[in-house]
Amino acid sequence: MHFKSGFGGAVALAVAAFGLSTAAEAQMKVGFVYVGPIGDHGWNYQHHQGLLELKKALGSKVTTTHVEKVPENADATRVITKLASTGHNLIFTTSFGYMNPTNKVAKRFPKVTFEHATGYKRLSPNVSTYSARFYEGRYVAGKIVGKMTKTNTIGYVASFPIPEVIRGINATYLSAKSVNPKIKIKVVWVSTWYDPGKEADAAKALIDQGADVIMQHTDSPAPLQVAEKRGVYAVGQASDMRNFGKKAHLTAIVNNWAPYYVARTKAVMDGNWQQQNTWHGFKEGMVKMAPYNSAIPADVVKLAEDTRKGIIAGTIHPFEGEIRDQAGKVRIPAGKRADDGLMAGMNFYVQGIDGTIPK
Amino acid sequence: MSIDWLVPAILTIVTAATPLVFAAVGETVVEKAGVLNLGVEGMMIMGAIAAFATAVSTGSEVLAILAGAAAGLLLSLIFGVLCVYLQSNQVATGLALTIFGLGLSALIGHSYVGATFDGLAKLDIPGVSDIPTIGPLIFGHDVLVYLSVISVALVAWFLNSTRAGLLVRAVGENHDAAHSIGYSVMLVRMGAILFGGAMAGIGGAYLSVAYTPLWVENMTAGRGWIALALVVFASWKPWRAFFGAYLFGGITIIQLYAQGMGVEVSAQFLSMLPYLATILVLVVISRDSAKARLNAPACLGKNFHVSG
Repeated sequence: MHFKSGFGGAVALAVAAFGLSTAAEAQMKVGFVYVGPIGDHGWNYQHHQGLLELKKALGSKVTTTHVEKVPENADATRVITKLASTGHNLIFTTSFGYMNPTNKVAKRFPKVTFEHATGYKRLSPNVSTYSARFYEGRYVAGKIVGKMTKTNTIGYVASFPIPEVIRGINATYLSAKSVNPKIKIKVVWVSTWYDPGKEADAAKALIDQGADVIMQHTDSPAPLQVAEKRGVYAVGQASDMRNFGKKAHLTAIVNNWAPYYVARTKAVMDGNWQQQNTWHGFKEGMVKMAPYNSAIPADVVKLAEDTRKGIIAGTIHPFEGEIRDQAGKVRIPAGKRADDGLMAGMNFYVQGIDGTIPK
Repeated sequence: MSIDWLVPAILTIVTAATPLVFAAVGETVVEKAGVLNLGVEGMMIMGAIAAFATAVSTGSEVLAILAGAAAGLLLSLIFGVLCVYLQSNQVATGLALTIFGLGLSALIGHSYVGATFDGLAKLDIPGVSDIPTIGPLIFGHDVLVYLSVISVALVAWFLNSTRAGLLVRAVGENHDAAHSIGYSVMLVRMGAILFGGAMAGIGGAYLSVAYTPLWVENMTAGRGWIALALVVFASWKPWRAFFGAYLFGGITIIQLYAQGMGVEVSAQFLSMLPYLATILVLVVISRDSAKARLNAPACLGKNFHVSG
């Protein structure tokens, strides 16, 4: 696969060069680095939507450059350096693996501002990090799937056992359990973010074993499509996936980066940009729910909306004690809420989930 | 625990194995003729986009499959011209073909992302397909599944029992000898390469019109490489490649079901198994030079010069 990534880098550089040559001079220049194709209909697609919104919002005051399919290795360093050295004032690097390259380049270009998605390292004052509270969306979806399941079994297609994914499983389970005490959650790990065939197979395996709602934390619409074919429900990931299964698609947890991109670009233009670590959710509009399926009864829609509004108002928190782990140990005491540190490093299943997290 | 899931699990294994069967059996013929085409992944992905685009725009399943085969064939034609006639290095050309196919398919497929298509219909014989267990297992697949089995049988018969098959093998074992008794090594190889391309294309078409009827970039996700490993694993025998595909497909699917049942398995270990098994087979057949001679075509990967 080495050949492929090398080639990807070459393409990326070529695209970068092309993008740069078309950019106008003497105005705000914003660069975006994507890990995959814009056409993935998931993660990268949503970041690119953010770019398009940014252009719409600021019009001629801003020019943008985006580079797709940049591998998370030395190629990333080259692409980011290229952007930084060609007059870009602000660069968004939108994948976890760009953390070290971003910080490395940021040190060399102190006048350029860098924003890195989903990372935690801010080694120089011109680097900020940002991510979204996807688990809030999972908590709202959990209420719906808990009510919609007839077999009391949620099937969950999971990618890798990292805190981000485990947090989503826990949020879904706790939420569904709160409206349906008999709920069970079956998790299948596919060890990939993106393999439509394998994701589909995992969904089939879950449905064959009694799951009648499918949640996914992988990027292709394949699990949703399987759900549509088998006549069960599913919840989309990262973007509104309705078109891939109109009957099955209950809702989707949508990543909405546009407001953040606009705000941060404006901040740089106005000269009041400051380093920060952003973790936004429903309240700030970084996480949204896709339109609810008309098959969901009105009272369930209301429950979901009340939950969403409760999270915004701060009256509801997905991880509110008492929460125990599988061994019965209290992780979040009664009356307390999980702080960001605990959530960011969550590496345990809550009590009631069967199975173990792969090592 | 009921075993209601068993029949659907087997059906899922069949769909997982079928694209591998097409690609591996096609590549078996190519390698039997002494050519190593590492471009299987690229030909599969081109088959996938061509079939999907055709399915979406015409709605015809037959045309879609033909388009998939044609796309794989066209890509292999490039490989054939370069390697057979222009004597380019087979390994490098094959790798380039894969990279080219992945890129070109992404370019062509750009406007097809998000398009939908119902997917290949399952065979439905009134009365017969409804028989419990046996009905769905034997009569409940889509037409490509049956075609894959037939193609294995035909290829096995062709290679082992026909004069033309003997010629293909002769070219793969000793191209100088085949040439010296008056056969066109280049023509035979070209034919084998085109056949392999078409088969890989159909394998790719299966992915995008039957397995997961959608188009997303890089949707073959390494299946071409598994097919290449399968050919070696099967020691260049079509039926072994067929069973190997079911074994490899089966391991992946059973692992997913096992997880759903709460059985602990290492997904990473299982995804490396096909390659590990291939290495083991290679070790076994290479240890004994007599055995190796029986299996790997002696001229595999070697270019042929008429002068040479």
